[in-house]
Amino acid sequence: MVKVLQGIFTASFFHAIFRVTTPILFASLAALISDVCGIVNVGIEGLMLISALTGVVISALTQSAWSGMIVGVIVSALFSLLLAYFHLKLKTNIILAGIALNLMASGGTVFVLAVLTGQKGVSTALNSRVLPDIRIPFIDKIPILGEILSNHNVLTYIAFISVPLVWYFMYRMPLGLRFRTIGENPEAARSVGIHVHRLQYLALVLSGLFAGLAGVYMSMGYVSWFVRDMAAGRGFMGLAAAAMGGNKPFLVMLAALLFGIADALSNYLQSLRIPSEIVHMIPYLITVVFLTIYAIFSHHKKMKKITFSADDA
Amino acid sequence: METLIEMRGITKVYPNGVIANNRVNLEISSGEIHAIVGENGAGKTTLMKILAGFVKPDEGEIFYKGEKIKINSPSEALEKGIGMVHQHFMLVPSLTVAENIVLGMEPRKGLSFDLQKAISLTKEISKKYNMYVNPNSKVKDIPVGMKQKVEILKSLLRGAEILILDEPTAVLTPQETESLFESLLTLKKQGHTIIFITHKLKEVKKISDRITVMKKGRNVATIATQEVSEKEISQMMVGRDVIFEVEKLPVKPGKTVLEVKNLRAFSENGRMMLKNINFTVREREIVGIAGVAGNGQSELVEILSGLRKAERGQILINGIDITNKSTKSIRNKKVSHIPEDRMKYGTALEATVEENLISDRYDKPEFNRMLILNKKKIQTEAEKLVKEFNIAVNSVKTKIKMLSGGNVQKVVVAREISSNPCLLLANQPTRGVDIGGREFVHRKLIEMREKSVGILLISSDIDELMCLSDRLLIIYEGELVAAFSDVDKINEEEIGLYMLGIKKQNEITLREAMI
Amino acid sequence: MKKIQVFDILRILIALLIAFFIGFIIILLVSEEPLYAFKLFLVGPFSSLRRIGNLVEMTIPLIFTGLAVAVAFEAGQFNIGAEGQFFFGAALATILGIIFKIPAILHVPLALLGGIVGGGLVGAIPGLLKAKWQVNELVSSLMLNFIFLHFSLYLVNNHFRDVHTGIMASWKIEETAWLKQFIPGTRIHVGVFISIIMVIFTYYFLYRTKWGYALRMTGINKDFAIYSGINVASVIIYSQVISGALAGLGGAIEILGIHHRFQWQALPGYGFDGMIIAIMAKNNPAFIPIASLFLAYIRKGAEVMNMMSDVPAEVVNIIQAIIIFFVTAEAFLSKYQHKLVVKEVTTNG
Repeated sequence: MVKVLQGIFTASFFHAIFRVTTPILFASLAALISDVCGIVNVGIEGLMLISALTGVVISALTQSAWSGMIVGVIVSALFSLLLAYFHLKLKTNIILAGIALNLMASGGTVFVLAVLTGQKGVSTALNSRVLPDIRIPFIDKIPILGEILSNHNVLTYIAFISVPLVWYFMYRMPLGLRFRTIGENPEAARSVGIHVHRLQYLALVLSGLFAGLAGVYMSMGYVSWFVRDMAAGRGFMGLAAAAMGGNKPFLVMLAALLFGIADALSNYLQSLRIPSEIVHMIPYLITVVFLTIYAIFSHHKKMKKITFSADDA
Repeated sequence: METLIEMRGITKVYPNGVIANNRVNLEISSGEIHAIVGENGAGKTTLMKILAGFVKPDEGEIFYKGEKIKINSPSEALEKGIGMVHQHFMLVPSLTVAENIVLGMEPRKGLSFDLQKAISLTKEISKKYNMYVNPNSKVKDIPVGMKQKVEILKSLLRGAEILILDEPTAVLTPQETESLFESLLTLKKQGHTIIFITHKLKEVKKISDRITVMKKGRNVATIATQEVSEKEISQMMVGRDVIFEVEKLPVKPGKTVLEVKNLRAFSENGRMMLKNINFTVREREIVGIAGVAGNGQSELVEILSGLRKAERGQILINGIDITNKSTKSIRNKKVSHIPEDRMKYGTALEATVEENLISDRYDKPEFNRMLILNKKKIQTEAEKLVKEFNIAVNSVKTKIKMLSGGNVQKVVVAREISSNPCLLLANQPTRGVDIGGREFVHRKLIEMREKSVGILLISSDIDELMCLSDRLLIIYEGELVAAFSDVDKINEEEIGLYMLGIKKQNEITLREAMI
Repeated sequence: MKKIQVFDILRILIALLIAFFIGFIIILLVSEEPLYAFKLFLVGPFSSLRRIGNLVEMTIPLIFTGLAVAVAFEAGQFNIGAEGQFFFGAALATILGIIFKIPAILHVPLALLGGIVGGGLVGAIPGLLKAKWQVNELVSSLMLNFIFLHFSLYLVNNHFRDVHTGIMASWKIEETAWLKQFIPGTRIHVGVFISIIMVIFTYYFLYRTKWGYALRMTGINKDFAIYSGINVASVIIYSQVISGALAGLGGAIEILGIHHRFQWQALPGYGFDGMIIAIMAKNNPAFIPIASLFLAYIRKGAEVMNMMSDVPAEVVNIIQAIIIFFVTAEAFLSKYQHKLVVKEVTTNG
């Protein structure tokens, strides 16, 4: 036990937290953006798989990590557009459509990989590229903080910088105002001439972009290959984090960090002598536990608010 | 007066087969106040939604100043100066008044939203039309009358010359209605044209220049208001003489069925919705509660029926304490509830008429044979109710969503009344019901009263309250501020003062009439 | 109104056609011998007694997960935990099949019970969380899939692993726990009768009992159910428990009837298939068998195609997704539906 704690309170563990949170944070932002606009994007998991594979394939083809990333993100946005089309135009239930997308991605990515490389399930045959880590000049010299904050993958920095950007978009820009309106009262938006569906398409595309970044990071930063079902539930953790953060960007980031800590913990525990299956369970267990705690907390907050007011009256 | 708008041959059929508009013609003159009246399901709202761009007609044409136009969306309608204020407000609760008003045409500073400009725009237009609103309040916190003003200002800011109002006074007090009419006359003076949909014939006579009567999806007549009486209008609407009041015999009330003591409750966001409610209902009496929507009456009924928790206080049914008990145990104490919102609570749309009719009794022994439901008995019961309550449907196996609003309400009423309650909570029992159905419901309520049921009647229809109640209570901001044990002696003007909180009875008068 | 019901069936058929068509295009693009591959896909499952047998065998677990998801969906619960419930039910049944040496008449029901209880427990968790604290069941049930995947593997790999086999698998279960295969030339087993019994049971439960009525009303309009006096919290829990129990039973039956040992290392996908089946059957138990048969058919077709040509089996997932997309698209072909209604109404009115 002591050994575990000793291992956790190290700079390298904290470094790992940011590394591991990155895909979850991107997924959370993806969930947040579409949720604010009234659509639950259950397909983030599938989008991550699609962009992860695309990144690997394209970067192997062009021998450029950046083009892998760009195409991966675009493809994810396109599939997100498909999801939007089925939900908004053809009125498919969004949750079922999202689940369908996840199923399609899970099998489809294995299919495409098999067709391209003859390998089923892992992309080691491909010589794919990886996005660079960045060493921040002054900061990395600072004793402990330097080790924690510097030498992360470029996408990690992008993920965390995106949080204030998303906040500004939602609360200080007219488009964000419209998104929030649509999520809260689409009739009100329609009545003033806002093209509700058009903006919802946009929201889903933006959501797809973030989901794409999550996926691309997985196969070109977190590890350097594609393996079947590599998203491993992170898309759904993103949904949970967005819900826990009430769709408010900074709170959502905190929630994502919580899940990241759980994930990093499980990775670390694997290096000790605990059965791998038990270790694998940990992030998911913690997600359920956090979700439950959050639910109990909101439940009691409602009750508490009521008794609180009684005292002033 | 020149013709401003002409609608020709408008037809609209909804997916469930209901013909909302059947080759309707309508003519609106410039600068007039034009009322559209009709029973529920007559097609008034649909017609106006088509004009305002919210609904597309299946057939027909629209002409603006003689020119044929196509209106495909609310914004296209606004381009022609046509704006609509709906019955259910189209506002965003968590945004401020100013943000709501400039929505869709937000002023910008660079890439960002210019909040200051939005506020000043709001103040300007509020001043111009003499309708005061607070730009910085969140819409969820402002009163209903102000919400309506925000809606009207929204249309005006976007250049609406023609304003369509759908049942604008449904949620207003007599005083707020006066204030609204003043604003409408001001607008008329400034050259605007007003179309308003209403049930209330008194208002029509008061303020409109011309009336169009609609019945079952068709335009029955358009006439000058001066040339026709209320009785004649209602005859055109229904096609028969409508008895405005149902006969109510004096009966002597019996024992107390409902006792409410020191009731206190809070809303979801912590506001105290009910402060200290005390009253009783006895068998063989109808106790009415009047109040502007949002003053706690909905919460009161929810608590009495078990849908909401009370924070403090006691509720006794026939002497038994049912405070904060489940809906099931309250129903078991023979309490029925006709809910205000039939879509939310009263019905399951995708279920059949039969399934809706038995939702409060499906688990009773008479409908179950050991572990299995007795289908035959259930069907017989349902068919019996359909016949007794005159519900327009061919088979009880039809999905209830196929029925018109009035018939859906009849299903709810049928179920709640037929369970033989000792206390009936009736919240807006005739909302959305046509005149014929309304008469029917009133007769049923009086029948029940004679059969020793105690009835608590909540309604925003003062006529209904005055006509049916033996005692009338008035609620304002979560408190009972007035009680009258002799309903015949009150006048509407006075009720309005209490409803707005301007006047309040003293403790003694209150207590006398309370019990 | 009859025309509109026929229309619904038509819509499903058209959705299937589109899905098959797109599947064909993909095969065309990917294969050296597309026509041969497609033929294998369409006809393969019927090409031998053994293969037809496979079709029936594969349908059995699908009926269970289809019923499981249908019950959850009817209650308005987006419980997608059928995978984990199936998996854990199978694991428990395996363990019970290994550790006891009792006569078949006791052993089989015991092992099946293990499946029911295992699945029911897993199903109960999201149900309890939702009923008590409004925890969103979509995320929680999905997480539980992963949790019970790993937990089951932990149990099997660490405590019941058959060290004599080269692969990661459990010991073989005692023969007294087997469900007999009774058609020579195939592996069709007694479980097929159990599945039909469960279809009938579920149908009666949903449409002929008061619990089923309460469940359906809760699914249609939760507020209406509460208002009418239905104990919604109880409904949420028992619907998820029954759903889980059905899925778990399916897992148990698959082990006892076909594999006789636990050798999955990943989620086999029956739970997700169950979703598609429930959607196609519109949650009506009466239609579950045929929908399950259809899904088994396309799965088998893909398998045959994979084995005998150059097209990977996973193409079937793409086809499945397209089916969901189109079958649940309310607005798909709705313009024609609307015209039908307008015509009907205006000629009569």
